[in-house]
Amino acid sequence: MSEDASNAVGDYKYGFHDPENATIRFDKGLTEQVVRDISELKNEPEWMTEIRVKAYHHFMDRPMPNWGNCSMLDSIDFDNVTYFLRSSEQTEKNWDDVPDDIKNTFDRLGIPEAEQKWLGGVTAQYESEAVYHSIREDLEEQGVIFLDMDSGLKEYPELVKKYFCTVVPYADNKFSALNTAVWSGGSFIYVPKGVHVEMPVQAYFRINAKNMGQFVRTLIIADEGSSIHYVEGCTAPTYSTDSLHSAVVELIAMDGAKIRYSTVQNWSANVYNLVTKRGIAHKNAVVEWVDGNIGSKLTMKYPAVILKGEGSHAEIISVAYAGEGQHQDAGAKVHHLASNTTSNILSKSISKNGGRSSYRGLLKVNPKAHGCRSKVVCDALMLDEDSRSDTYPTMEVSNSSADLEHEASVSKISGDQLFYLMSRGFSEEEAMGLIVNGFFEPFTRELPMEYAVELNKLLELEMEGAIG
Amino acid sequence: MEHIGETMSDLILDIRNLHVSVEGKEIIKGINLTINSGEIHAIMGRNGSGKSTLAHVLMGHPAYEITKGEISFLGKPIEDYDVFERARAGMFLSFQYPPSIPGVQVGNFLKKSVNNVRDENVKAREFRKELNSAMEKLEMDRSFLSRYVNDGFSGGEKKRLEMLQMMLLKPSLALLDETDSGLDIDALRLVAKGINETAENIGVLLITHYQRLLDLVKPDFVHAMIDGKFVKSGGAELALELESKGYDWLEA
Ligand SMILES: Nc1ncnc2c1ncn2[C@@H]1O[C@H](COP(=O)(O)OP(=O)(O)OP(=O)(O)O)[C@@H](O)[C@H]1O
Ligand SMILES: [Mg+2]
Repeated sequence: MSEDASNAVGDYKYGFHDPENATIRFDKGLTEQVVRDISELKNEPEWMTEIRVKAYHHFMDRPMPNWGNCSMLDSIDFDNVTYFLRSSEQTEKNWDDVPDDIKNTFDRLGIPEAEQKWLGGVTAQYESEAVYHSIREDLEEQGVIFLDMDSGLKEYPELVKKYFCTVVPYADNKFSALNTAVWSGGSFIYVPKGVHVEMPVQAYFRINAKNMGQFVRTLIIADEGSSIHYVEGCTAPTYSTDSLHSAVVELIAMDGAKIRYSTVQNWSANVYNLVTKRGIAHKNAVVEWVDGNIGSKLTMKYPAVILKGEGSHAEIISVAYAGEGQHQDAGAKVHHLASNTTSNILSKSISKNGGRSSYRGLLKVNPKAHGCRSKVVCDALMLDEDSRSDTYPTMEVSNSSADLEHEASVSKISGDQLFYLMSRGFSEEEAMGLIVNGFFEPFTRELPMEYAVELNKLLELEMEGAIG
Repeated sequence: MEHIGETMSDLILDIRNLHVSVEGKEIIKGINLTINSGEIHAIMGRNGSGKSTLAHVLMGHPAYEITKGEISFLGKPIEDYDVFERARAGMFLSFQYPPSIPGVQVGNFLKKSVNNVRDENVKAREFRKELNSAMEKLEMDRSFLSRYVNDGFSGGEKKRLEMLQMMLLKPSLALLDETDSGLDIDALRLVAKGINETAENIGVLLITHYQRLLDLVKPDFVHAMIDGKFVKSGGAELALELESKGYDWLEA
């Protein structure tokens, strides 16, 4: 680890970085030509190039959001971002063929091990593109498509064209426009009718280079009556200058299908994480976002579900941990378009050492949607006086038959709890770690075991040195 | 720092002329108490007389300030030891009002507590065996293990969980603060049995308002507490006397 990196790293365990051995690296800064070059390099169909260029212009014209953390947003230097970086000539199917330095990185992150133990498939993205990709044979035989997005476009252009930008239009917001203009990598998944993918499939995103911009694009289509659980993890080295991760995720759950999308984002504290995630649920379909935000400098992310079909359901469980210098601006959006649709939103946040967490929620019920139910619970835990937590819930309910519940709480760790645990032999730090893990438990228990264990360890680590 | 508990003798707890204040107000006003191994001491006294305060101070609660006097535990002054160090040295407090710890499962919490406190490395299998047997004795349903610590527990369930912890942690000094209150008659009997078994070769300080517990757990000494002082100490018969006469006659 270089000196400046290790200074900034603190106890962030993924803060190491590897030498940058790029095979193709674009100059910093964004122009229409850069956008066209990316598309050409990837040999994309014309329509994709066009949509990229349109999105680019929208991005340039669109002002920065005037809400959230404006001063942090304004400090993003778009001219100092590398928009495309290729570090391996191809996506390997065999772990041994992945270039050594990249392989070492993912080895340290435990990727191949996880694949053997509990995954149905895995994709590992390094900078702009996938470097490794595999799927279990039995899934492939059942017609499940699990590819990195670039390969998806190459191999299934019609399917991609049919759904791309239908859930998140490029003009949705400034960052969805940016992503659409320069997207690279991400996952493309199609699950055929009635197929249940029992083991989760995982994507791991790693930024290694300085000032890197990673623009992941993911599209998941679960056909009628099918189900899939997608898990993603993210880390980056700690640099003194900032990196940008701006992803767009689109989920389509057809009639009776179920998609669960779980994220544990543990970016280093110099990454801007500006992500648009949205799913459409058709008749009796279920879309679930399980979203954990532990790292990054600024996260702005509000996983959304459009309940388009009757009887569909949205579940959004999110946690945010904001430590020193971090702002987690997270939340959830649900749009009840159809009758008898239901949604559950649980948001938990912890702020420590001056960190800031915000819950921003939007709940909409259309005039014609009868008999909808929604429950929103927001709990904030403040570990000290310097930290901050805000809640901005918005409800636009145009149908009086809707049954809505909203609960919000802000709490501190009580002296009684600490005393009790310490009287059972836990040191003060251990006691804090236990309480904090307990606070996140409704989220953690939804994760695959390996992620849950890792997350608990991470939080315990964060509690070290918590006592002044 | 030398560990407490390294010199073993019969002397478990020795309190000399203890004065304790909280937020500048004196609560404990000069208490002397010696507890030897195998002894059960009961404290009875008016509400607000300082019984829980004494238990908390012994356990090391940071809100209470010792203004005078000393406490030694297993032959060592304990003033400089933190709460968790006292626990690891063998002190146990059963809380009058155990707080809930949402999201932390009882089973996991017990396992970790045992690992924290007990000297020997308790293997998973051994732990399970002890846990099963203690839960059976307390007639606790196994479903408690996956519930969150004290979260949504009834008053009596909380007290049973405190007893379960005592039985698993095997302390050398057990401070039981109104462990009997909130228990139904059957539960009281089970808890009393648990105390008697555990008490055989440790020191027990039992805070209670009622003779009904002392019928089942026979105290060697009873102390009547009024306004931060032991105004009278005696044998088991003192408890009966307090039960029938109240505390007024003890006031000067
Ligand atoms: N942290 C505190 N801050 C302020 N006052 C306190 C604190 N702890 C105890 N006190 C006061 O000290 C006195 C003794 O309280 P304590 O809880 O020790 O009484 P007790 O004998 O256990 O009573 P009970 O029988 O009702 O349980 C009370 O007047 C109480 O209000
Ligand atoms: Mg009391």
